[in-house]
Amino acid sequence: MKKTIGNIFVGLLYLILYLPLLVMVVFSFNAGSSTSVFKGLSFKWYVELFTNSTDVGVPVRNTLILAVISAVIATVIGTAAAVYIYYVRSKLWKNTLNTVTNIPMMNPDIVTGVSLMLLFVFVGRLVGAVNSLNFFTLLIAHITFNIPYVILNVLPKLNQTDPHLAEAAQDLGSTPTESFFRVVLPAIMPGVTSGFMMAFTLSLDDFIISYYTTGTDFQTLPLYIFNMVKKPVKPHIYALYSIIFLLVLAVLLFTNISGMKDKKEKK
Amino acid sequence: MKNRTFLQRIIGAPYIFWAAVFIVVPLIIVVYYSFTDAAGSFTLDNMKNLSDYGQIFRDSILYSIAATAISLILAYPFAYVMSRKREKTQQIMMVLVMLPMWMSLLILTYSWMNILERQGIVNTFLSKIGLSPMTLIGTPGAVIFGMVYNYIPYMILPIYSVMSKIEPSVLEAAEDLGSGSASKLYRVILPLSMPGVVSGITMVFVPSVSTFYISQKLGDGKILLVGDIIERQIQGNYNYNSGAALSFVLMVLIILSLALMKLFAGEGDDSLYV
Repeated sequence: MKKTIGNIFVGLLYLILYLPLLVMVVFSFNAGSSTSVFKGLSFKWYVELFTNSTDVGVPVRNTLILAVISAVIATVIGTAAAVYIYYVRSKLWKNTLNTVTNIPMMNPDIVTGVSLMLLFVFVGRLVGAVNSLNFFTLLIAHITFNIPYVILNVLPKLNQTDPHLAEAAQDLGSTPTESFFRVVLPAIMPGVTSGFMMAFTLSLDDFIISYYTTGTDFQTLPLYIFNMVKKPVKPHIYALYSIIFLLVLAVLLFTNISGMKDKKEKK
Repeated sequence: MKNRTFLQRIIGAPYIFWAAVFIVVPLIIVVYYSFTDAAGSFTLDNMKNLSDYGQIFRDSILYSIAATAISLILAYPFAYVMSRKREKTQQIMMVLVMLPMWMSLLILTYSWMNILERQGIVNTFLSKIGLSPMTLIGTPGAVIFGMVYNYIPYMILPIYSVMSKIEPSVLEAAEDLGSGSASKLYRVILPLSMPGVVSGITMVFVPSVSTFYISQKLGDGKILLVGDIIERQIQGNYNYNSGAALSFVLMVLIILSLALMKLFAGEGDDSLYV
C-alpha cells in the first residue's frame, strides 16, 4: 500500500517533468506555424531545419565551436590547477584557492555575467575601444565558469591515487615531468574526461552569462532563442530541440549501459 | 615527502592568473561601479536608489523561499522512494531526472508558456469541453511553479545521493532497537540526509532568487524580480552603476541567507568538493 502511493507520487512527478518535453515534440510536427494550436501532422519544420531555409545553422555552429574551445582550454587549465592545489602544503593558501574556485559556482549566474561584463567594459573604456564585447569576451567568460567544474571533477581522483606512485616512477628513473604524464595523468584521466564533458555541456546550455558577455557579432543557440521570443518561437526550434533530446537520450543510455557493464566486470 | 618539484610549483600559474583576473577582479569592479556614478566619481546614490526596489527584493525572496520549500517537500519523498529501489531501477530513474536538465531552460520554460498562456493548450482544452478559460500565466503561482520545475532536479540529486549511501543495515538496526517508521524517519534518515538537503536548498534558492527568464515568460511581464531589474538596468538603460549596485546587494543577500541556513542546519556540506 505504502509502496503504491510512493510509486504513484513518483510517476506523477515524472509526468510533470516530461510534460513540456512532450508538448515540444508534438508541436515540432505541427503543420501550422503556432506552438500552441495544433493544425495537423507535418514534417515540414524538420525539412526546413535541414534545407537551410531557417537561419538556425549559424547559432548551432557557434554554440558548438564555443563549447569545444572553452571546454578544451578549461580542461587544460583546470586539470593543472587541480594538480597544483593537490600538492600545495600551506593550509591557508589551499583554503584561499578553494574559496576562490567556489565563487563562480556559488554566485548566481547573473552576478557572474554582470561582473565579467563590467570588467570588459571597464578595460574597454581604458583602452578606448568602441565595442568591448565580442567572441573573445564570451570565450573568457565560458572558460571562467567551466574551470571550477573541471577542478571539482579532477581533485577527488587525485585524492584517490596513491601518492607513492609518482615517487616510485621517479625512483625507477623517470623525471618528474615524465612521471606526471605517464603515471599521474593516466590515473586521473576519468576525472579529466568527466570534467571536460561537464564543461562542454555547461557551455552548450549557458544562457545567462553569455547574455551579458557576448557582442552583437556572435550569437549562440540559447541567445538566438531568447532574441526570437519577441517574434514568437516557430516550431522549427521545437524540431531542433526534439533532435537534441533524442541525441541526449542516446548518449545518456549509452554511457549508463557501458557504466553498468564496467561495474559488472569489476565485480 | 620530497620538496615540491618545479613542475608542481608552476603548473598552477595559469589558473592563479586566471582566477585573479577573471574571478576576483570582476567582483572588485562590481563594488567600484556600485559606489561611483557614470563619470567615475564616488557616490552613494546607487545604494540610496535601491530603496525604490524594496518591494521587488521582497517578492524575489518570498517567491524563491516558496519555490525552495515546495521543491524540498516534493524532492524528499521522491529521493527516498528512488533510493529504496533496485540498483538498476535507481540508475534509470536518475537518468530520467537528469535528462530535462540537459535541455535548454529557455525552451522548457517557453513550452510551459505554451501550455499555460491565455490561448494556450490548457485553456484550449477547457473551452473545448465547455469550461471558461483560467488565468494561469502572469501570476506569482506560475512564476513559483516555473522555478520549482526548472530547479527541482538540483534538489532531488543531492538528497538522493546521500540517501542512497544509508546502509539498509542501519535502518534494520533502528528497527531492532524499537524504532517505528516515524522515529526511523526523524531520528535516522533525516539527520543522515541533512547534508544533501542543505546543498539542495542552496542549489534551488540561488538560481531562483536571481532568475529573470522565468519571471519574464511565466510572469507575462507583470511580475518583476531582482534579476529583471538588473537586466533592465544593464541591457535596457545601460545604467551599469545601478545594475552593479543591484548585483552587489543580491550577492550579499545570498551570502547572508546561506550563512543563516548553515547556522540552523548545522555544518552540512561545507564545500562543493566531495
